[in-house]
Amino acid sequence: MAETPEEMFDLGGKVAIVTGSTKGIGRAIAEQMAALGARVVVSSRKADACDQVAAEINAALDGSAGEAVGIPCHILHREQCEALVQRTVDRWGRVDILVCNAALNPFLGSLRDIPDEAFDKTIDANIKSNVWLTNLVIPGMIERRDGVILIIGSTGGLRGTENLGTYAMTKAADMQLVRNLTVEWGRYNIRANCIAPSLVKTDMAKALWSDPRRLDIVNRSYPLQRIGEPDEVAAIAVALASRAGQWMTGQTIVVDGGMMAGSLVSEA
Amino acid sequence: MIPRMYDLSGKVAIVTGSTKGIGRSIAEQLAHHGARVVVSSRKADACDAVAAEINAKWVRGPAEAIAVPCHIGHKDQCRHLVDRTLAKWGQVDILVCNAAVNPYMGSLMEMPDEAFDKIMSVNVRSNIWLASMVGPHMKAQRDGTIIVISSTGGLRGSAVLGAYGLSKAADMHLVRNLTVEYGPYNIRSNCIAPALVRTDFARALWEDPQRYETAIRSYPLGRIGEPEDISGIAVMLASKAGAWITGQTLVVDGGAMAAIGRYA
Ligand SMILES: NC(=O)c1ccc[n+]([C@@H]2O[C@H](COP(=O)([O-])OP(=O)(O)OC[C@H]3O[C@@H](n4cnc5c(N)ncnc54)[C@H](OP(=O)(O)O)[C@@H]3O)[C@@H](O)[C@H]2O)c1
Ligand SMILES: NC(=O)c1ccc[n+]([C@@H]2O[C@H](COP(=O)([O-])OP(=O)(O)OC[C@H]3O[C@@H](n4cnc5c(N)ncnc54)[C@H](OP(=O)(O)O)[C@@H]3O)[C@@H](O)[C@H]2O)c1
Repeated sequence: MAETPEEMFDLGGKVAIVTGSTKGIGRAIAEQMAALGARVVVSSRKADACDQVAAEINAALDGSAGEAVGIPCHILHREQCEALVQRTVDRWGRVDILVCNAALNPFLGSLRDIPDEAFDKTIDANIKSNVWLTNLVIPGMIERRDGVILIIGSTGGLRGTENLGTYAMTKAADMQLVRNLTVEWGRYNIRANCIAPSLVKTDMAKALWSDPRRLDIVNRSYPLQRIGEPDEVAAIAVALASRAGQWMTGQTIVVDGGMMAGSLVSEA
Repeated sequence: MIPRMYDLSGKVAIVTGSTKGIGRSIAEQLAHHGARVVVSSRKADACDAVAAEINAKWVRGPAEAIAVPCHIGHKDQCRHLVDRTLAKWGQVDILVCNAAVNPYMGSLMEMPDEAFDKIMSVNVRSNIWLASMVGPHMKAQRDGTIIVISSTGGLRGSAVLGAYGLSKAADMHLVRNLTVEYGPYNIRSNCIAPALVRTDFARALWEDPQRYETAIRSYPLGRIGEPEDISGIAVMLASKAGAWITGQTLVVDGGAMAAIGRYA
């Protein structure tokens, strides 16, 4: 047992990439990781937004350890994914933590009606880019015998949905991807986990919570009586990247206010 | 400095079976993150010794550990544990149901009724007692966390740990039920399900070279767990970081479940 208390949630010296981190859950992850001492790459499609958010994170750090830098990347483009990892390595020498957070949902409606292009785009952004990015960081992690991969899935990937069919299939694929990464690379001390939230107050899901009457119904359907905040999903992801998550891999952690556990309305 | 999301300052925690192994590491880490902690097991002297060590080594800020012995198989002792905590600190925010027993190894089909009853009463019913005893206080303050230490044994059949596995599967359902019953009062309930961890409880498994080899070969991370591999997850759940997670079982197993059958 450790003689001096080990700091469970310290990320001092770690280098992290968080895709889609100018807003919402990704931004909360980047902020929290930097606050724990990590050097974090803030990324999204828009270079100015990346720089802006990185500057805001650095300002909030107020001189304490940790640092943020903006590197744009549209995850649908392989060469941009490659550049994201390469520029990170050029700057900080390595990638210890990869958070695949960005995802797309270009189509709402029945699976019967989804155009092939929308289907392909969803699969490419939400599955293929995660495989690209993980393959780009894993060689360095193997060399160092240390690495953390986190993928933001969704409770949509755990049940049928009326109008998010393809998106939900990609979120189920995320859960399988972390199991596969675990089997392939676990022996090099690479941990891979998926975080699956239900409804979180971000722009992506705004249509589902911006109408107060609808929000009230949704809130009451959760055992905890409310939808989630980005910080609450982020803090689970961040903990898994730290010492606290060192023996946890191949898992999907559902963070959902109790939705999946049971309904407040009695069922047979 | 305690990181904001994982800060437990001002919180009061009860950890059953916390003089050794996983429970002890959880008590240490909760104290280290700012909580006032009740150390508990069947043996008063062991509780005193561990509480003193936590006070000497692990506490930060106004955190503190006290000792309250409790054999969780006895309802009056569970009641005493909760009452003493409330008398001392006036609140209880975190309950960790960690203590459990396994008095029998062998086929479920040949198991004596007494052994079955003991496993079910200590590993399941005692947790219900304790949850029901802290419930009114957590409800009144509209805030609380209940963590039950389950096991991956509750996710798969076993030739020799059948009833123990049943009880650990029941724990997973218990937190789902607590979520439905207590969730509206902002009480979060979750299980942590470890695979093999290096403690006295599992000594027979990791001291046996063949079993140990099988374990480390079938766990993708290539090693069995240490108590510290579990206690950080417990702090995460007990803190602000865990404010929106409830009814879940977090499997902490070095990747074992993701790789089932790989080396079979
Ligand atoms: N919010 C929810 O209710 C919810 C529930 C379950 C799961 N999730 C998952 O959580 C993750 C984050 O979603 P969020 O709700 O936080 O969304 P959000 O607030 O809308 O943020 C999305 C982020 O991703 C970036 N982005 C969008 N398209 C991108 C692309 N093609 N390449 C790179 N970056 C891109 C956005 O910036 P730019 O527009 O500048 O590129 C932004 O930074 C997603 O994987 C989502 O599926 C969300
Ligand atoms: N170790 C593993 O591989 C493993 C794997 C999965 C799950 N778990 C679970 O983890 C939990 C902790 O186990 P551990 O491995 O940390 O065991 P451990 O190192 O043997 O510690 C057990 C603790 O519980 C106390 N205890 C035992 N019986 C008790 C009772 N009837 N009432 C109150 N306290 C009691 C013990 O102290 P006294 O003897 O002084 O009472 C000791 O403090 C258990 O729920 C176990 O099922 C363990």
